[in-house]
Amino acid sequence: MTTTYRDALRQAMVEEIERDENVFLIGEDIGRYQGTFRVTQGLFERFKQHRVLDTPISEPGIVGIATGAAMMGLRPIVEMMTMSFSILALDQIINHAAKIHYMSGGQFKVPIVIRGPGGAANQLSAQHSHSMEGWYAHVPGLKVVAPSTVEDAYGMLKTAVRDDNPVIFTENPGLYSLKGEIPDDKEFTLPFGKCAIRHEGSDITLVGYSRMTHVCAEAAEALDQDGVSAEVIDVRSLLPLDAETIFASVRKTNRALVVYEDWKSGGFGAEIAARIQESCFDYLDAPVGRVGGLNVPMPYARNLELMCIPNKEDVLAAARQLLA
Amino acid sequence: MVRMRAFEDQSVRAFRSGLAGGYLHVYTGMEATAIGWLSSRQPDDPIITAYRDHAHALYLGIDPVVCMAEIMGRAKGTSKGKGGSMHLYSADHHFYGGWGIVGGHTALGAGLGFAIKYKGGNQVAHCFLGDGAANAGVFFEVMNMASLWDLPVIFIIENNEFAMGTRLEFHAADPEMHKRAEGFNMHHERIDGMDVIDVRRDAQRIISNVRETSRPALIEVMNYRYAGHGAADNDQTLYRSQQEVELAWKRDPVHRLANLLTEQYGVNKQILEKIQREAEEEMEGVYDEAAASPKPEPDEVYSDVYTDMQPERGH
Ligand SMILES: Cc1ncc(C[n+]2csc(CCOP(=O)(O)OP(=O)(O)O)c2C)c(N)n1
Repeated sequence: MTTTYRDALRQAMVEEIERDENVFLIGEDIGRYQGTFRVTQGLFERFKQHRVLDTPISEPGIVGIATGAAMMGLRPIVEMMTMSFSILALDQIINHAAKIHYMSGGQFKVPIVIRGPGGAANQLSAQHSHSMEGWYAHVPGLKVVAPSTVEDAYGMLKTAVRDDNPVIFTENPGLYSLKGEIPDDKEFTLPFGKCAIRHEGSDITLVGYSRMTHVCAEAAEALDQDGVSAEVIDVRSLLPLDAETIFASVRKTNRALVVYEDWKSGGFGAEIAARIQESCFDYLDAPVGRVGGLNVPMPYARNLELMCIPNKEDVLAAARQLLA
Repeated sequence: MVRMRAFEDQSVRAFRSGLAGGYLHVYTGMEATAIGWLSSRQPDDPIITAYRDHAHALYLGIDPVVCMAEIMGRAKGTSKGKGGSMHLYSADHHFYGGWGIVGGHTALGAGLGFAIKYKGGNQVAHCFLGDGAANAGVFFEVMNMASLWDLPVIFIIENNEFAMGTRLEFHAADPEMHKRAEGFNMHHERIDGMDVIDVRRDAQRIISNVRETSRPALIEVMNYRYAGHGAADNDQTLYRSQQEVELAWKRDPVHRLANLLTEQYGVNKQILEKIQREAEEEMEGVYDEAAASPKPEPDEVYSDVYTDMQPERGH
């Protein structure tokens, strides 16, 4: 069935709510207002307040309540209106949710999903444009995924809901209207910790996740024109990370460029680059390259904002340098 | 009030025409609150608010062209185009912003009060927030500390009955939000925010009391948001009826003041019409001037990250 990224997320949630009575949605303006990005449209009317709960603007409280409920066996899906607001709930996520299973010696599980739009949209400026996935992927105890396709959004959200661990699920706002296919199968799930190869190639490996996968794919097509064959790897799941697929590609192409929207310095792409360097050193014909966001708070003016977010030209320039 | 409203009409026009982007929240319908309150401040009192900040900025005397330029992301804007509609600031006007994370700035507001007390000044900090923001956890922490430490800060809840698409009754356990100060032993009251004269009278009384005692206060000002939450809020039927909005327009603070002036003070209607016309013309000019001004230079992206160094450059 052809659908959009947004609708695929909604369908995954509907099916999981119907499958398991412990699954419920909680978040700001998700019910009566239908969700800021309309991901939860129609769900309040359909499942009522018991399963779709509007909250006050109280992110730490929302995440904490969901976590406590999850310790008692419920399976909350928390919508963050944007992932930038999850910063308020970092204490609940990192100090609490991520630690409970370990600190209790495996007695308590926290099957909670925290999902929402992450990354820059369009002139939302410095406080609303954060890419948070790299921050969370730093934290043992969390799982972190960043799907780039409609099928992944659908299959990975279902996996997230069925996972017994806290899962951070980020959706780049630029992807919501993306079209694609999803299978007609309510039991369809996609495992975490498996990269996808989006474009096969033999000269250079471009590694991305979320919207940057599409930027890499555009760059790969442009490189095709130059007679350069680029392989595009979609990381999909940052934690757990399927490093082997990345390594196998780099051993084949001998060149790697990691692309991520987050601030370049200390972002998750740095982790991927380090691992490639550690494990594929003998195969590399050039240093592992990185293209990341500019190391500045996101500016409002559109011309400056566009400078900050990596685009096809930035990827091409860096790739050509590695190929030179 | 008519200047503010005319400015907001132009800011929405900028959004519709694509000259402004992101989130843009107008103050239309709430003017009596900012004007009545701020007209009672001492000129060097620090002011801080959330993202619905155009009116406060204008009233404090920031050049409307500079505000509009910020909203359009231009180099001559208050933040050189790097903040946008939600993040107007002016140190010269004691305006501490312009904040986008709901509730976060209430702590800064108390910090302004803290600094006043620390330095032995006689100013009062004025911290505006929304009814939705009053649910942020940090606000409760801050009320406690403000009261515990006798900080000269006033929290002014602009209760326009909505937090985005959520009505007061669905987000507040007790819709009388001012009562939250009770548990912190802080003065609190609810006042009408639709009559500029009343707001001013109440504000004068409350502010001078805080200034004298250095005890904080929580004031809930009741008003109504005529516009959508933001310029992109295009289905208001999800949370209110057209009828409700029409009814609220009957309480329009601008009309209320106009009626008072004509009926009680014998002001000629034509004078009011002239003021209205002049405000509209002025703000059209503001729009044109801001729109004609240059965008920030690319290198501007790296400046102001730090006071004394630049971040590492490049992708
Ligand atoms: C921490 C945080 N959560 C959510 C949001 C998204 N958001 C922006 S404005 C808003 C509603 C705030 O309502 P209120 O405080 O009443 O102010 P008003 O818009 O009515 O002026 C929400 C939920 C945000 N900006 N920050």
